[in-house]
Parts: sequence; C-alpha cells; structure tokens
Amino acid sequence: MSLRVFVPGDMAAVAVGADRVATALATAARAAGIDLEVVRNGSRGLFTLETLVEVDTPQGRIGYGPVDAADVPGLVAAGLFEGGPHPLRLGDVAALPFFARQTRLTFARAGLTDPLSLPDYRTHGGLKGLEAALALTPAEVVARVKASGLRGRGGAGFPTGIKWETVLAAAGPHKYIVCNADEGDSGTFADRLLMEADPFLLVEGMAIAAHAVGADQGYVYIRSEYPFAIAQMQAAIDLARADGWLGRGFDMEVRVGAGAYVCGEETALLESLEGRRGQVRAKPPLPAHRGLFGRPTVINNVLSLAAVPFILAEGADAYQDYGFGRSRGTMPIQLAGDVVNGGVFEAPFGLTLGELVDDIAGGCASGRPVRAVQVGGPLGAYFPRRLFDTPFDYEAFTARGGLIGHGGVVVFNDTVDLAQQARFAMEFCAAESCGKCTPCRIGSTRGVEVIDRIVAGEARAANIAVLEDLCDTMKLGSLCALGGFTPYPVMSALDHFLEDFGGADVRRAAE
Amino acid sequence: MTHPPDRAADDALDTLIARHQNRPGALLPLLHDVQHALGCVPADAVPRIAAALNLSRAEVHGVVTFYADFRTTPPARRVVKLCLAEACQARGCHATAARLSAATGLAVGETSADNALSLEPIYCLGLCASGPAALVDDAPVARLEGPRLDALIAELSR
Repeated sequence: MSLRVFVPGDMAAVAVGADRVATALATAARAAGIDLEVVRNGSRGLFTLETLVEVDTPQGRIGYGPVDAADVPGLVAAGLFEGGPHPLRLGDVAALPFFARQTRLTFARAGLTDPLSLPDYRTHGGLKGLEAALALTPAEVVARVKASGLRGRGGAGFPTGIKWETVLAAAGPHKYIVCNADEGDSGTFADRLLMEADPFLLVEGMAIAAHAVGADQGYVYIRSEYPFAIAQMQAAIDLARADGWLGRGFDMEVRVGAGAYVCGEETALLESLEGRRGQVRAKPPLPAHRGLFGRPTVINNVLSLAAVPFILAEGADAYQDYGFGRSRGTMPIQLAGDVVNGGVFEAPFGLTLGELVDDIAGGCASGRPVRAVQVGGPLGAYFPRRLFDTPFDYEAFTARGGLIGHGGVVVFNDTVDLAQQARFAMEFCAAESCGKCTPCRIGSTRGVEVIDRIVAGEARAANIAVLEDLCDTMKLGSLCALGGFTPYPVMSALDHFLEDFGGADVRRAAE
Repeated sequence: MTHPPDRAADDALDTLIARHQNRPGALLPLLHDVQHALGCVPADAVPRIAAALNLSRAEVHGVVTFYADFRTTPPARRVVKLCLAEACQARGCHATAARLSAATGLAVGETSADNALSLEPIYCLGLCASGPAALVDDAPVARLEGPRLDALIAELSR
C-alpha cells in the first residue's frame, strides 16, 4: 500500500508555493524508492501554517508547517515520511489550540478529505443530510430548517426556513435554487474555502433545498476572482451527476461573475445571471416570489446552504443547541489582516470580539498593537478596543452601530489611518455602485470629497456635519446594502477615531 | 467586411455563439469565453453577439462596460493584479504597490507603452490572512513582501 501525504491544493496554499512542495515531495519519494500518493486536500483553514504537509502514519496524521519546497530535502532526511522529529513538526494538527477550540459543523471535513473523492465524502458523513431529507416531505424539510434557527450567513441574517417556506408555497412549474458565491467582502474567504475543501457539501445543501421547495434547476454564481473554487465546484457537480444524485429532477451549474462587487447583492446577482448589468432591483417583488427569470427563487449564501446537511442529518435541535440569543448554530468566522493566526474559525455565536482578536487570532503578526478591527467586510464598522466586549451575534453588533455581515474580521495595527479608511469606503462604493439609485451613485463621490476637505482642515465642523447628513441620506435612501451600509465604516471611523480626522478638537468645534 | 487576418477570430466567435446561444442567461458565459479565446471582447464582436442573442447592441455594450473583467483591447503580455482591499491594506499592500511601481515605472492601473506589462488593482482574492496577495498572469501569489516580492520584481524586469 502506498504512503499518503496531504498537501493542500487550496488557492491560499498554492499562493505560497504548495504546488512546488507537492512536486518536491514526489521527487524525494521517488529517489527514496517510496510509493507515495500525494492527496491535494483543501486547507484546514489556518493559513499561517500553509503549506501544511500531513503524513499518514500508523500513529495518525502528523503535520509539518509552514513548509517551503526548499525545506523538503531536510524534512525527508529527518524522517518526514515516518512522522519523524523536525523543527517544523506540528504533530496532530487537530489538537492545535486553533483547531481544538473550534466547533466544526459546516467545516467538519475541510482539510481532512480529498475534496473530489465521493468515497471520502461518504466515509466522513456526507450525503446523510440529503438521504434524511428525501425521506421527508418538502414541508417537513422546511420545518426542520425553520426549527434549527438558521439565519442567512451572507450578512442579512434573514431566517433561511422562512425564505424556503415562501418559495415552497409559490406556484411552479419552474423554481430555482441560486447559491450566492460572490464573496466579495475583503476579509472573507469561508465560501472560497468551503467550495475548494468540501464542494460536495454545497451540492448536497442545494439538492436538499431543491427537494424542500420543488426546484428543478440550481446555479452557483461564483466570482471570477476565485478560479480554483470555480474549477472545484464544476468538477464536483459533474461527479455528483455521474453518481446519480444530481440530474434526476434537479440539476445545477456554475456561473462565473465578472468583477462587480455589487453582484453579491441578491437582486443584482439575479440580473447578472440573466445576462444583464448587475443593477439592483427594487423589492418587492421578493426573489422568493419573482426571482430568476421571473420564477420563485431561493437565493442563499454558500454558508447557509452548507449548514443545511448537518441540520437534516443530526436534527434541528443539534444545530439550535449552539449559539447565542437569536443567533443559533455556528458561524465560520474569518480572521484576517494583521493577525498571527489567520484563517477560518468556526464557533458557536457568542464569543466576544476581544477573544477572537486577542486570544484566537493572537493579535498582530507585525507585533504592533491592535488599533481597529473592521467586522463584516467593506460595509462593516471599525471597532476600537473599548468595544471588544461585543459578543459575536447579529443583534449585539447592530446595537453597537455595526454588523457581522459574512463574518469577516480584519485586524489593523496602530499605523492605520481611519480617515483614510473612511475615505476608501466611500471611494470603493463610488467605484462599485451599480448606479441605479442617487444616494449611492452620487453620495459616495461627494463623501470622498467631503472627507478630503475635513482632513485638509477646510471648515471642519461644517464639513463633519455635512458628512453625517450625507451618511444619513445614504443609509436611509439607498436601494441596497452597498449605498445603505457604506456609512457604517465611515461613521464608526468618525465616532471612534475622530483624532484621525485632523485633531481631537474637531467634534467639539462641530457642536 | 471580413478580411483575412480576422477569419480565425470570426470562426471562433461563431463557434462560441453556437455553443451558448440557447442557454438561459447566455451573455456572461459567452463574453467570458470570447475573451478567453480572443484576449478581449473586440468592438466588432458586439453587433454579432447582440444579433445572435436577440439583444440590442446597447445592451451588450452596456454589459461589456459594466463589468470590470471585460476588456475591449488585448491585455498586456504580463499582468499583475495586486489586491488593494482592506485586509491586504492591513498587511501592507500599499508598500508592496510602491515597490512594484518603483521597479516597473508603472502606477497601479497603468500599462507599459510597449504593452509588455500591466499593473492592475483587484479587490479581494480571498487570501485575506496571507496578504499582500496578487494574481501574476492568473497564478495566485500571497505574502507578497520580502524575498517573494524581490523574486517577482526580478522576474518582471527580465
């Protein structure tokens, strides 16, 4: 029997040289006369350790990392193929604190299995959810998802079961399941990792959704910036179809975005799928009533759909038992930016921001103090240290003038200039606005100009008042979250880091 | 209308149109494939795509110009897309951009006069824990600082 080593084929691992590590291992094994099988698994999700090499030994899987191709000869000489000692040896990766502290329901298989092996998928609990769902009526499946308390993981937090119930009740004949994999928020990569590390899970989640609402066609809309995820999902769909659990009454395909951030907004995404400019639609009608091609459509985020197989396999209570307040289950939180331990940390809701940033992420990789944390992507608020007691929960973040969005946590050190971050938020909104509504299209450009005037010291007090008024208009008057939420980073920067806007006396002067 | 050098491109366009024409929402998949085959979506492809999909030229032009990915002129021979979004900002992408600009003489967003190299911005590759991140001729590169950045700069100046 051949020896198995695992070298992630994940985009983040390849970006630091995983392909070269895989080649070097194969070469070294050939030279040593060892029959080696290199499995290209997904990343386990702690990117600091990439390239993480794991060796199957009689004592279990032994990890080494971060490995560079140049380290391979030394590692092999030290007995890597037998799990031998070396400064890069990590031992059992699952026992490392970063992993031991997680509750992996959605990411249970990520990094463990060969992502495109159906036998691996089955051996590790795959398809149990779909089998359980098919034994139930559509209404029963919807009831379970409702009972689980699952809320949309894209950011809006709308109860998934209620969305499904609406589509189930809508008239056919055609209905669609659309997976929003347009994960454009900076600081988020859980969708990418899931699609690369465990693509069958998303296929299974969509097949369950199709059974629950009576849909016959599904689309996974993936942003073009994720070429690895696109290839992986396409391959997984083909394998699932060949295996017979797709293509009988429900089939699906991958569609690729084209570099428009706003297409992460669900109605803009539907427009894009239909072949048009990604312009936001006014609601109502809701996509659940008239969505893709005018038909009833479930549109859910990757993480929402990927949470469903667990709920069906293990029961709504098993999921609902985790969590905090009205935020039930687990959230794959993404720790990014200037952090020691960057990656996906799946945990029940309720950890505080401080625990996430200081304990789990380990503070700044640069060694500098943490000054600000942006939670929830480009449309999320900047939090100062004095709000680090905020629990990770939809309602708690809203109460503090922020949002959890898609679960991205971007840590900035003390060199950050929050006035420039506020300006960037407006600039990004101006660049990415679909142009349909005036507060977003014009307001964002005016926002950049006003922030420039404040920083330059031109009529500061008056211009701060203008900026606050502008943010109000954008928040209340925009059609979607792009214009509507851009005020979050801007206002939080102003509220918590006023000193960056040209002197601590600005607010006093404004009053 | 058709002159010899364009015949291969014309044939490629016809093949792609035939492949996608009857799919629901065909325009984006078709434009991606056209760009993949021809390097860009040339202006003279627009009326033919519009006719095949029963759209107006304005609708097709509108889509081509709305999405950042679609281009109407061929790309530079080498393209570096550097992520400038928040998580990479927190990891020093502006310093990386400054070094790349100094080495290549190009600001982010510029292409060299001989079309040898473009330095383009991109907003998030999902490599947010390993920034600064970039796509170099479509290959992902992360932790783009120190020796890895030196190596890229040396490679680009060859």
